[in-house]
Formats: sequence, C-alpha cells, structure tokens
Amino acid sequence: MKHTYLKDLVTLKLDKDKCIGCGICAVVCPHRVFAIQNRKAQIVDKDHCIECGACALNCPASAISVDANVGCASAIIRAWLTGGVPSCDCSSGECC
Amino acid sequence: MSGCCCSKESTCCGGSGGIVTVATQLTMKDIFGAWKVRWSIGRMNYKIEPGLYAVGLPKSSSPVLVSANYKLTFDSLRKELSGLDCWLLILDTRGVNVWCAAGKGTFGTDELVNRISLTGLSRVVTHRKLILPQLGAVGVSAHKVAKQSGFTVQYGPVRASDIKAYLASGNQATEAMRQVRFTFYDRLVLTPVEFVSAARKSLLVFGALFIINLFVARPFGLTDFVAFMGAVIAGTVITPVLLPFIPGKAFAWKGWLMGLFWAIAICQLNGWYSVGTWMLAVGYILALPSVTAYLAMNFTGSSTYTSFSGVTKEMSRAIPLILVSIVLGAVMVLINSLIG
Repeated sequence: MKHTYLKDLVTLKLDKDKCIGCGICAVVCPHRVFAIQNRKAQIVDKDHCIECGACALNCPASAISVDANVGCASAIIRAWLTGGVPSCDCSSGECC
Repeated sequence: MSGCCCSKESTCCGGSGGIVTVATQLTMKDIFGAWKVRWSIGRMNYKIEPGLYAVGLPKSSSPVLVSANYKLTFDSLRKELSGLDCWLLILDTRGVNVWCAAGKGTFGTDELVNRISLTGLSRVVTHRKLILPQLGAVGVSAHKVAKQSGFTVQYGPVRASDIKAYLASGNQATEAMRQVRFTFYDRLVLTPVEFVSAARKSLLVFGALFIINLFVARPFGLTDFVAFMGAVIAGTVITPVLLPFIPGKAFAWKGWLMGLFWAIAICQLNGWYSVGTWMLAVGYILALPSVTAYLAMNFTGSSTYTSFSGVTKEMSRAIPLILVSIVLGAVMVLINSLIG
C-alpha cells in the first residue's frame, strides 16, 4: 500500500534549463518523484516528495532546489523550544 | 583476525594492515542486542568501531560497500552478505543508522572523504568505486566525493536485503529496490521505542496525580490509570500499526480518531455516562483523544513518507486544538475529583 500525506505543500523545484539529464535525481529519490524524459528530469509525483534533499545535494548542475528538512514533529517542537534548527536527533539528552 | 581494530576500547583503525574479517551470521548475542535496542535499552550507545572491514576473502578488485556504525545497521548489512567477498567501509555516524545520520550530515561527504583517507582505502583496492546505500544520498554528494577523493559513488539499493541481487545484476537496482516502503512489519518494530518513550514521560503525569490524590474527594486509581495508558497505547502502538487503514492524512487526526474510540469505550465500560460522573466522561473524552493525537503526531518522525512542510502544516493546526482540548478536559476531570 502506498502511503500518502498532505498535498500541495512541498518546496521542491526543478530548473529544466540547468538540467543536464544525468538522471542522478531519479536514482537517489526514495519516493520516485523524478523521471527522465527526453534527456531531461521531470517531477512526476511531487506530492510524494519528503524534502529529504538527496536530489538537490547530488545534482551536479544545481538544477534542483528544496528546503530540505526533517518531517518529524518532535524535532520541530524541539527546534521551537530551543530556537534551533530541526534535526534528526532522537538522542533524548544522551549527547555524544 | 587481527586484534588491532574493533575491540570497543581501541581507537586505532587507520592503516590497511589490520583489517578485521566479519562474520555474515549473527550470534545469539547480536539478536538479543537488536531486541534490546528495539525496546530502547542502550539504543544510543550501540555502535562499532568505524573503519575498513573484510567480508569473506576480498581481493583488491572486490567491491567496497559503505555503511554506518550503528550496530543494528552493521548487523542487518553483514547478515545479507554470506558467500560474498567484499570490503565494508564503516563511517562514524555516532551509532546512528544511515538515513537519520545522512539527515544530520554525519553520514556525509566530509566523513566519507575523511574515512577513505584514514583507512588508506586507495592502497587496499585497485578500483575507484564505492557502493553506498541509496538513503545515504541525503547526506553525501556523489560528485563532490569524486572531486575530493577520486572515488566514484554508486548508489545501491535502499535495503541491505537487495544487495546480493544488485551486485549479481552488475550494480543495477530495480525500481522496487529504489523505493522506500513502510510495511506493517516496519511499523510494528518501531512501536516498542515509541511506547517506552511515551511511558517514561507518563511518569510525570502519574507523579502529579499522586500529589493531587492527597487533596481530592475522589482519588485517581486503577480505572484512571487504565484509561490513560489506553490512550498512550492507542497513540504509540495502535495508530502506527493501523496507519494506512485509518481514514484521513494527518497523523494527529488519525491518532485523535483512535483515541476517541478508546475514550468513548472506556467511559462506557466504567459507567461514567451518569449524572454524578458526566464531568469525568466529558473531561476524558476531551483529554484522552488529544493525548493520543499528540503521540501519533510524533510518529511522523519515524515514518518514511512525511515532509517538513507537511508536518509543519499539520502541527500548526493540531497543536492549538490539542492544547485547548487537553487543558479543558484535565480541568473537568480535576473538578470532578475535587467535588467527588
């Protein structure tokens, strides 16, 4: 069963003019948001993007932008309380 | 087997001279260790020494797989490698799994480039290719690694269980191998950690009720404990397990629904829908589903398909409602107890 979350919210953007069609975005995306058509990347399933940022980080042409961050309520609450940036840090105080 | 690396106290692991060969079969101790961290016992300190390891009898042409130094990750990788000859380059992710560590940046470009040079990998293998777990791409920039280290990054499958098929097909991953899932079993194994962490926080509530009990006409007892723990289990176990079958999209909403079923049922079972205890019933129907909603909302972090933008939107709507509902409900339950 394919899980679906809230729609029309994600910040993912693709600049097709910059795209060189290497296809790395389609490789790394864990939710198959990209497809390569006519040697250019296409966003084909935007609502399944989780804003992990793997595509943008691996794009050699800097053609992709996304506000990469964690989709984790407790990380966001922690950031609100401490004034920091949300991060995957389930360490419950036991820091390294 | 060399004694250089891998004893927990040892910090060396630099040269290529002392590479430890690892077994592909897990021992009872490994299995018990995995069970312990699934129940949140010592989960933050379950790690192995970073560095280069050997599986089977690897040659200088054998593939290099990169992974994290969380022992649960390391074990689930090596148990899939029976019969293979390969190298394992283990990064220092401070005992965190690949995806979370990549999100934090510890499974990242800098650590990878650094670990390649610390282990002298370029003297151990003659090729210049690394196979990374696909989810490592959240922290690693393949073209930057190539520029900085000369090693080409290839992204393998998401799951270790697909590694053999990936290598056998000449490093080709199928669409299914590249797709993150969130199966019934995936969700089920996460629930003990959710429950244990919520139960720990619940101790604060029990402590407060213990003190309140000194002053009230109707002290809180076993029925109240059961009502509360039911709401906690609904949020940390029932909602995660039933996740795709509960109508709606927002986690808080799904949790609220499950909590509402529980609250209505427990008030019925205890016969609280009567003239003397109506405030207790209304109070619990306001408070308990909100507790469940809050805990279910926190499961967004364990899920594999929520975005930051989505969760922020969900929270901006859910948190005010949860707070108002919990406060109103708690006040009514307290008044009921005060007047007896």
